[in-house]
Amino acid sequence: MKRTAIKRKEKYQELDGVLEKYKGRKGVLIKALSEAQEMYGFLSREVLIHIACELDVPLSEVTSVVSFYSLFKTEPSGRCHIEICSGTACYVKGMQDLLETLEEEINIKPGEVTGDGRFGLSTVNCVGACSAAPVVKIGDELIGDVDSKRLKQLLGKYGHD
Amino acid sequence: MINLTIDRQQVSVEKGTPVLEAARKIGIDIPTLCYLKDLNAPAACRVCIVQVEGRPAFEASCVLPAEEGMVVHTNTPAVLAARKQVLELFLSDHPFECLTCERNLNCELQRLAKRYGIRDLPVEGERNHYPIDHVSPSVVREPDKCIRCRRCVSVCENYISANIYRMMDRSFQAVVGPAYNGSLMESPCIYCGQCITVCPTSALREQDSTARVFEALANPELHVVVQTAPSIRSSIAEEFGLPVGTPVEGQMVAALRRLGFDRVFDDCVAADICVIEEATEFMERLKKGGPFPQFTSCCPSWVLFCEKFYPQFVANLSEVKSPQQIFGALVKTYYAKRAGIDPAKIFVVSVMPCVSKKYELLRPEMKASGCQDIDAEISTREFVRMLFQAGLDIRKLPREEFDSPLGSASGAGVIFGSTGGVLEATLRTVYEWAGEKPLKRLEFEEVRSLEYKEAVIHAGPHELRVAVARGTGAARRLMDQVLAGKKRYHFVEVMACPGGCVGGGGQPIYIETNDWNEQVSHRTRRAGGLYQLDREREYRKAHENPVILKLYEEYLGRPGGPRAHKLFHSGHVSRKLYADEPLLKKERDLVRR
Repeated sequence: MKRTAIKRKEKYQELDGVLEKYKGRKGVLIKALSEAQEMYGFLSREVLIHIACELDVPLSEVTSVVSFYSLFKTEPSGRCHIEICSGTACYVKGMQDLLETLEEEINIKPGEVTGDGRFGLSTVNCVGACSAAPVVKIGDELIGDVDSKRLKQLLGKYGHD
Repeated sequence: MINLTIDRQQVSVEKGTPVLEAARKIGIDIPTLCYLKDLNAPAACRVCIVQVEGRPAFEASCVLPAEEGMVVHTNTPAVLAARKQVLELFLSDHPFECLTCERNLNCELQRLAKRYGIRDLPVEGERNHYPIDHVSPSVVREPDKCIRCRRCVSVCENYISANIYRMMDRSFQAVVGPAYNGSLMESPCIYCGQCITVCPTSALREQDSTARVFEALANPELHVVVQTAPSIRSSIAEEFGLPVGTPVEGQMVAALRRLGFDRVFDDCVAADICVIEEATEFMERLKKGGPFPQFTSCCPSWVLFCEKFYPQFVANLSEVKSPQQIFGALVKTYYAKRAGIDPAKIFVVSVMPCVSKKYELLRPEMKASGCQDIDAEISTREFVRMLFQAGLDIRKLPREEFDSPLGSASGAGVIFGSTGGVLEATLRTVYEWAGEKPLKRLEFEEVRSLEYKEAVIHAGPHELRVAVARGTGAARRLMDQVLAGKKRYHFVEVMACPGGCVGGGGQPIYIETNDWNEQVSHRTRRAGGLYQLDREREYRKAHENPVILKLYEEYLGRPGGPRAHKLFHSGHVSRKLYADEPLLKKERDLVRR
């Protein structure tokens, strides 16, 4: 029993370091989840159970928070994650065309990952950059005034691993 | 005091009173689907909206504090139309299965649809579809019928302290459910069924076992035996229009016979044995010096709560099984032998105020007789449904006696159905065993509690500190106190449900009031009938019951002896909180150290 426990401990050493500073404090769940997502790219069931047990928060509470915020991902995405803003301004300025372009070019819909694992796609409700609509977020980079042509160029730019 | 005007009437209320309560005070019933006073006020359903003069929009009266000089209108045409529209929106995403729904004629949504005269559905839109979760042995969850009132969230968080339910997802897809909107089986659910008793619709209900029982009754190969839990005799009356808590023991026995049961026995006899065994165990612990406190173990939800949430106390749980399981083991060994019937041909049904017992009977250790000791359990609600189907009216039946030999219980066994009852019943015996003098006064009033109470009992040389926790939430607070070294007890009774078994998750659902405390006192009124029956009993202490004494003499040997141990004792285990949790709490602590 102890051996598996120690193995587990090693696996989550980095995460436990983060959780340690939040233990016993209130209102820290979202912070802990964000840091865990940064660490692993997404929040697996196993990671969420680990966080729930370590922070002594019910798993129902953890998954409630994760399912509420679109920021949190429970599935692995592609190596390059594309977010298309679907806020009102971006919608009016043609975000639908961008989604169509991506479907034509790399055969992907929101919530999916390309077969080669290179791209992942999701929509986001509003990134707060309406003056630059339509806005696309690739990785950490925010790109404004994107049209289909520009999007194709971006795919080329980010397409190499 | 705050003075306000509601529908042209003056009313004075205390500061902080919501407008909804102020209106109730002057006889105006503002409808609601989510509000349950003192338990749940999330302003989620919006059915209780009212108009306040000088304010631009309607407001939810359940969370609107009364203010000085406030002028409120609760029944203007605009308010009524808006309420109706809210209801129409609810119904547009609700399955229209009223005729085949378990809560037909006992559903809060249906009642409001009737009250507001909804005749057609102008809103036709998208509908949510989620799979039904009928994996757990006790509780069925049908999210399509969920109206997101969050009462289950509140009762499970505040009263039960298991925190199974939360809001999952958001906007139109939002649904109340366990983590990942998954099955209750994958959650730390303890199957108490309190969520069922507060659910306004049939989104939460019990696993129905009535068909299995009817089938067994019709099978000529089977000898079908039934046992009735203490609280049933005082909680079915209300379903037949009699005052709450009316004891109808004899009529209940008659009804069971007419349903076709071959033998009608009393679970209270098993409760008497439970008292003897638990008292014996307690005396041994007194001799050995612990481990204390000894926790009662007749509530399967509490046992599961302890195993999952407080595994460090597993050794403190009494080893004695619950009366249901004691009874099953006894019927399939002692009774089978005496009656000359093959135990494999005996089908044992228990009628319990509980849905957790459905889970308990499936626990692998509950096979003391060599086969599953209890074959099926029906809750009070299911029992009443069977009576309705069979056309049996409790009010019109004669009083009949339980069958022997497992039919004569002491008063101690009967009060098991009320909170504090198990402790009181056990103390009646412990007191005399420890003090070696007969107990004069029988009622330990100190322990007939409403939430969490303690008492000091002087029994011979011992000063016994005892406590009763009502609800696993109260038990959690009690255990935390013990862990912190702030409290020390010798004996603690825990029941998961409010009021003990009389308020069990399988009892009749009472939707007449949107007040949690009123609901709880409704349930505890059922206990009155049990204490009345106790007072009327010839024998009120388990260890004086001649039936029990004979049973030990003829068959069981001494209390806590080898045979009693084999049949009536079982171990408890630490369990994972989540089915796929990688580490037990215990293992985590190991690594931390």
